[in-house]
Amino acid sequence: MNQAPYISASPSVTSIMLRVLLALVPGIAAYVWVYGSGVLVSLALASITALGSEAILLHFRQRPLMPFLMDGSALLTAWLLALALPPLAPWWLVVVGTLFAIVIAKQLYGGLGYNPFNPAMVGYAVLLISFPAIMTQWPVPLALAHAQLGFLDQLHFIFTQALPGGVTLDAISSATPLDYLKTQLKLQHSVGDILHAPVFGALGGRGFEVVAGAYLLGGLYLLQQRIISWHIPTAFLLTLAVLAAGSHLADPAQHAGAAFHLFSGASMLCAFFIATDPVSGPTTPRGKLLFATGVALLTWLIRSYGGYPDGVAFAVLLMNICVPLIDAATQPRVFGHE
Amino acid sequence: MSLFKFHGGVHPPEHKLKSTAAPIRSVTMPLRLVLPLRQHVGNVAKLMVAVGDHVLKGQLLAAPDGMISAAVHAPTSGTIAAIEERLIPHASGLPDLCITLNADGEDRWGDHQPLDYQAQEKSAVLDALRLAGVVGLGGATFPSHVKLRADDAHPVLTLIINGAECEPYITCDDLLMRERALEIVRGIEIMQYLLGAKHAIIGIEDNKPEAAAAMRLACSQNSISITVATVPTLYPGGGAKQLIKVLTGLEVPSGKLPTTIGVQCFNVATAYTVHRFIDHGEPVISRVVTVTGRVAQPGNYEVPLGMEIFDLVQAAGGTADDSNGLVMGGPMMGFNLPSGHVPVVKGTNCIIASAPALFAPQPPAMPCIRCARCAEVCPVNLQPQELYWFARADNFEKARSYDLFDCIECGCCSYVCPSRIPLVQYYRYAKSEILASDKARQAANVARERNELRLARIAREKEERAAKHAERAVGARAEAGGDAKQAAIAAAMARAEAQKAEIVPQNVTDLSPLVATEIKAIDARRGKVDDRD
Repeated sequence: MNQAPYISASPSVTSIMLRVLLALVPGIAAYVWVYGSGVLVSLALASITALGSEAILLHFRQRPLMPFLMDGSALLTAWLLALALPPLAPWWLVVVGTLFAIVIAKQLYGGLGYNPFNPAMVGYAVLLISFPAIMTQWPVPLALAHAQLGFLDQLHFIFTQALPGGVTLDAISSATPLDYLKTQLKLQHSVGDILHAPVFGALGGRGFEVVAGAYLLGGLYLLQQRIISWHIPTAFLLTLAVLAAGSHLADPAQHAGAAFHLFSGASMLCAFFIATDPVSGPTTPRGKLLFATGVALLTWLIRSYGGYPDGVAFAVLLMNICVPLIDAATQPRVFGHE
Repeated sequence: MSLFKFHGGVHPPEHKLKSTAAPIRSVTMPLRLVLPLRQHVGNVAKLMVAVGDHVLKGQLLAAPDGMISAAVHAPTSGTIAAIEERLIPHASGLPDLCITLNADGEDRWGDHQPLDYQAQEKSAVLDALRLAGVVGLGGATFPSHVKLRADDAHPVLTLIINGAECEPYITCDDLLMRERALEIVRGIEIMQYLLGAKHAIIGIEDNKPEAAAAMRLACSQNSISITVATVPTLYPGGGAKQLIKVLTGLEVPSGKLPTTIGVQCFNVATAYTVHRFIDHGEPVISRVVTVTGRVAQPGNYEVPLGMEIFDLVQAAGGTADDSNGLVMGGPMMGFNLPSGHVPVVKGTNCIIASAPALFAPQPPAMPCIRCARCAEVCPVNLQPQELYWFARADNFEKARSYDLFDCIECGCCSYVCPSRIPLVQYYRYAKSEILASDKARQAANVARERNELRLARIAREKEERAAKHAERAVGARAEAGGDAKQAAIAAAMARAEAQKAEIVPQNVTDLSPLVATEIKAIDARRGKVDDRD
């Protein structure tokens, strides 16, 4: 028997997750355009691993299969992780990361709605700590590459790590712009000089900035659809921009500016798709602002002073720890209360 | 006038047009009426008739019992056929004591006349209203005479009349305002006089332009100052606290009455019944009910209280084939009737013949993903997702500390929940568990206090006996010796005795009658024992 309210007006969990996946499509398209279609292999690998491991775990936990497999959340975790990994990452890297995200970070904590940490970021952090060399080895954007790999070549590389005759690893891979900047700064070069290198574009890394712009587009769609609220993207991007711009003004030789930080690394992905994960994030409006400010601060600190070129994953996970505290401390005033 | 906003709110599809096409229709007086003794908030009314009695229309059948209670009257003339437990329109589906009245078909009024309310003491008018069965007809059914009593400590400056009718489907107030605006305004005038309120504001949602226009016209023909304010259509803008906030910008403090901020709020239909009683002497024996949903002739009907809802639905042309039940109230806060064979009561504002096409079957709930859409729409600015966790974990103290009891159960949270969690049901469960444990704790406290009292009394009586013995000994010695020192000792002991007598044991003020009688009985028994020795 139904109970009041008898009517309902919101998209279902599945529909929300599907729309977030849809919002990632422009970013994926840009990825393919910049780095070739190898990323689609990563996405497929991650998706299959996520759904398979989720199904097995649901079976062992004696939960109904279909509603949870169809809710789209495992697929979303898989996609976010695949997009955060180097596009030509070996197949086992994708599989191990996804398994960790779904099995450990999600299902063992109780499945959908119960994970205190962002599963995709847990998977990413595990891979970054375990396999730092592979994780920082990015392909050169097609436009800059000395040798072009076709789809089959990329597929072959992902599964065997073998390159076609005459092509060396150096010819197709390089450090990411954030990594490059960090290394060059250690070699006493100034930001102004470093940014003249060919890996940098108008805003961030060449190629990277296009992908970031496509994520921004998808993010605006999520805002328009009211899937996410403005608080987290705004606070994250604004804080990161202010920190970058401020430090750049204070010391232009040591710190890159706002545009570079916003359009490099995982900034845009984080602002609209990662930090906005509702399950592992805060729920109050002020809490969201606080959370996103913290993520941006930690990201900038790790990028500027830490041991890793990008800091999004660690920043998000560290702020995930603070969520219960943030929520408790930012309860809004209830109607009729002082 | 400037309006204010409350947090959150939702815009469900209105579905009001299908029941506003026709004017208010009357129904044929049924052969049998069933009148529950409790159609209001408060004590069950006291029975004033017996089976076999012949009663006239408007005659008092059950009188209010105590302050918060309301009377029940005969909606037509006839014979009392039965007084027994019957199924009533309540979400619990439990039966309650009801009077069954067989109509004699004459519909003959008893003695009734208008009340010259300005020629009498206000308290006499309020007593009369109490006996007229006037209760809030917006759905809360709280006895109105209690709310109409002017209180010098909290004078009412603004009288707010609720014509918002924010729930989808329901249009009985809309039609009443369209057709009986002058009568409503007259009722407001009487209420304003009783409360001594400076002005009155009628709040009507802007999806009822005809009603607002009719009320404006009626107000312009009346000398007192009444403002008609159209407020944005936003559920639950018709909640008393929400409407007060929108119209005055003031928030009723949590756990307090609106009078603490100088406001009192009544429904338009309640104002109408006040007018019917004061100007015509008619108690509350009928009301306008919206019958809508999957019925052949949706619309509003003036229905005698006690009419079987099944008969009312038949009067509206009967239900469609796909109809699978009857809902009383609106789709946001209403409930499934246990059966169609229950009577229309004072709180029956709307009957919806439901169908799967109207109210889709609710899918199984998914886990909460903490999206906080519920918090965005909560008109009380609660954090429904947190309350849900606490209620689910039976963490009731935490739920209470997150202001569970400020929840008005409007259903906005469930309405927007992507996981389709029946949140309101969780809050009701938590509230009832907390109230039950409070009650148990209170009972334990009473028992403990009683025991402490008993121990204190035993100690006191022991001292008194000792003093008495000492006094006797002193008296004997005084008789024997009679010197001044002995007399001084006797005087001092008498003073001490007097002081002791003045000591009042703690916790004997504010005793419940039950405890007080019990103490008296124990004292009496102990007195007998003392007499023996």
